[in-house]
Amino acid sequence: MSTPVIAVSNLNTSFWIEGKWSPIVHDMTFSIAPKETLAIVGESGSGKSVTALSIMRLLGGELARVQGQVLLGGRDLLGLSQTEMQQVRGNQIGMIFQEPMTSLNPVLTIGFQIAEVLMQHRGLSAGAAEAEVVRLLDKVRIPMARARFHDCPHRFSGGMRQRVMIAMALACRPKLLIADEPTTALDVTIQAQILDLIKQLQEEEGMSVLFITHDMGVVAEIADRTIVMSQGRAVETGATSDVFAGPQHPYTRTLLAAVPKLGALGAGRGPRRFAAVNPETGETNDAQEMPNTVAPTTVLEVKNLVARFDIRSGFFRRITSRVHAVEDVSFALKAGETLALVGESGCGKSTTGRSILRLIEPESGSIKIAGREILSEPRGRLQSMRRHAQMIFQDPFASLNPRMTVGTAIAEPLHIHNQAARAKEKVADLLSRVGLSPDMSRRFPHEFSGGQRQRICIARALALEPQLIIADESVSALDVSIKAQVINLMLDLQASMKLAYLFISHDMAVVERVSHRVAVMYLGEIVEIGPRAAVFQNPQHAYTKRLLAAVPVPDPSRRGERRMGAVEEIKSPIRAMDYVAPKRQYRVVSPGHFVQI
Amino acid sequence: MMNLVLRRLVLFIPMWIAVSVLSFVIVHATPGDPAASFVGQDAGAASLDVAHRRLGLDRPYMEQLYHWVAGSLTGDLGQSYFLGRSVATAILERLPVTFSLGMLALLVGAVVGIPLGTVAALSPNSWKDASTIGVSLTFLSVPEFVVGMLLIYVLGVELRWFPIGRYAPLSDGVGLWLHHLALPALALGLSQSALIARMTRASLLQVLGADYIRTARAKGLPEKIVIGRHAFRNAIITIVTVIGLSLALLLSGAFITEALFQLPGIGSLGVSAVLRRDYPVIQGLLLVSSSFILIVNILVDIVYGLLNPTISDR
Repeated sequence: MSTPVIAVSNLNTSFWIEGKWSPIVHDMTFSIAPKETLAIVGESGSGKSVTALSIMRLLGGELARVQGQVLLGGRDLLGLSQTEMQQVRGNQIGMIFQEPMTSLNPVLTIGFQIAEVLMQHRGLSAGAAEAEVVRLLDKVRIPMARARFHDCPHRFSGGMRQRVMIAMALACRPKLLIADEPTTALDVTIQAQILDLIKQLQEEEGMSVLFITHDMGVVAEIADRTIVMSQGRAVETGATSDVFAGPQHPYTRTLLAAVPKLGALGAGRGPRRFAAVNPETGETNDAQEMPNTVAPTTVLEVKNLVARFDIRSGFFRRITSRVHAVEDVSFALKAGETLALVGESGCGKSTTGRSILRLIEPESGSIKIAGREILSEPRGRLQSMRRHAQMIFQDPFASLNPRMTVGTAIAEPLHIHNQAARAKEKVADLLSRVGLSPDMSRRFPHEFSGGQRQRICIARALALEPQLIIADESVSALDVSIKAQVINLMLDLQASMKLAYLFISHDMAVVERVSHRVAVMYLGEIVEIGPRAAVFQNPQHAYTKRLLAAVPVPDPSRRGERRMGAVEEIKSPIRAMDYVAPKRQYRVVSPGHFVQI
Repeated sequence: MMNLVLRRLVLFIPMWIAVSVLSFVIVHATPGDPAASFVGQDAGAASLDVAHRRLGLDRPYMEQLYHWVAGSLTGDLGQSYFLGRSVATAILERLPVTFSLGMLALLVGAVVGIPLGTVAALSPNSWKDASTIGVSLTFLSVPEFVVGMLLIYVLGVELRWFPIGRYAPLSDGVGLWLHHLALPALALGLSQSALIARMTRASLLQVLGADYIRTARAKGLPEKIVIGRHAFRNAIITIVTVIGLSLALLLSGAFITEALFQLPGIGSLGVSAVLRRDYPVIQGLLLVSSSFILIVNILVDIVYGLLNPTISDR
């Protein structure tokens, strides 16, 4: 084996928390060979990002202590002075981060931000640096690179900003690229493009990559070797194919069991629970398919829903264009049924969900919940109608009032709807239904983990015994093992309470797992709708196919099957004032399966 | 960006009229009769009537209002009852004094406040931070006239380094001008510096926690450039806004400081006008100072847009 590019041994990182050193990373030892990609995978708080920041020595000064050895080209990085370390950062090791929207300086042009690296490390003049930056921007496939040199970051989409970050990290041809969750904040088709770009540049430049992610699908796609981290330790290390084919550690097995695999359900009809793995023993009880919960009564009927937002500009703030967020959307949902609305950011799926509760006033159309027309209700009567439909949001941290006990939060809907009488018993019952203990009702949200908080949000949504739950990206912010548990809970509740779910999500694999029917949205319109098996096994619309092709499959043996085409941005539904939405026609593929022509 | 500036400028006109009406109403709603102080306490009803007619106070209220607003739009602020001059001239004569004082005080505020705030932000919760906060709290809580009196006593009376109670216009030379204005500007500027220091600290601390600062460090830039170029350019956006808004505070402080140092600015003009119920002068001063604040607000918006590229795109 050739000399590794970087060799980390016994890396220990501690943070100064409340007057003592708390260890965050324990004894990490690994090395990366030239041109190799090593992935560190783990859930939030596992210490994977801290490991990367320790190598770069980017942890804040006196409050972090890094011990061990990090050898790069024969030098121990941990022994270098800050000035010597500055010559390593950006020069021998490049780094990209998770948040493309905030990782670039908003007041400096992107060209200058890349040129800065070249001027700093390679001593280029401003002119020479500009020429080199344009070449780099071309290389990361920013269209019209020369013209865009002088643009500030806000004129770029998330995917384009991540390309700029990559150009910046690679400007000095580093031997090692550290990529810390570089695609997590991106849409799936954009993620696929960025992963392809990183792989391609790695081949061209012959560099090594340390890839940090929580996503097993991405690992399977990109990594030669994998380290699984949990609670600050490496619990399993090996070739990626071995880790996936024969996971040794119970934690790895739990993690892999919780990963939704696209296509795993085949032609099965209903949703399927995730397999539960005992993290101590590693015993698995099989994932079972849910019994049929779909009843004939229609709970929700949406017809020709249109929602638009005005964009004003110019001297008189006149409406100059409009966002066609939702355009002629129709669907129905039966009791006990789950309809998934899938699509990428800006496709109108959340606007559709919010319109149903009239959290947003739609422009036209008809929405019937339990047979009652919602859009013609006067504002004052909305409250009573909202009893029948409740919403669960994405961010369990932001959607609970930090100053309200959990019990009060769950009981609040009961008080509003004059059902305070048995509130206490009701709260206890709800907490146990969502798998929490009734005596937790006196605690405050900050005492709970993200997964527990989402359970609390579910309990609150269930308080008024609604027939319909709108789950807007409700499991997207959760770690994979927690996500699996919450999904299992939602499936169980559906079976016991005959709930109808409108499940809004961008995650195709999760959608396949939970839904009876699927509607694919693109630019405000439903382009394809049908029974789950039909849409996933026999996708008809080009966009559905594209979306499915972009999903990374957590199976290294199927690597390379996914190939994205050229650089393509998600289109924008902003239209001119005089735009008239064309009347769409649908073709019947099979019973209940429609595709836009 | 051009649209933004244009909109602000056009909106300025109705706001000017509103301010103009308001200053008239405020002055005329206060109890008391200017004619009475004009003719003296013992004058009879007949001479009071004459005075009313001379001052135009016998005409209907709405007519007086119209006359004032229409005049103010053309720059005619009326005649002072006592000064024997037009209000506009009286204010223009004294404006340079107040303007000099204000600008110098602002300079003191920025030159002292921004470095203090920066030092504090770069080592939060250290002794440097604590002492900066302590000093700025002291300056904020001690009123200008106390600081002013201390300065007068120590540097003016005891040490005799600075002249007291006199003013030299800029036309007499920059040195002389500065020498005469140094103490009042210091007295007025120190409380400004406290405000600016605290804003700088808060804004810089927030920026230093931003992702793009981590990016700048990951690029291997020296800390000097990370702070000076990447952090400061962003922090200054908030600081400029605060400085602009604090100018209103500065103006009210200037009234007191002028009185204390006996500077012939619009502050002392205002004080004497109020004591004599010189309605036109009070109205004129209200209008001028409110327009000043309106203009500063527009300038702040424009500078904000220039510093912040996401705004200048609109």
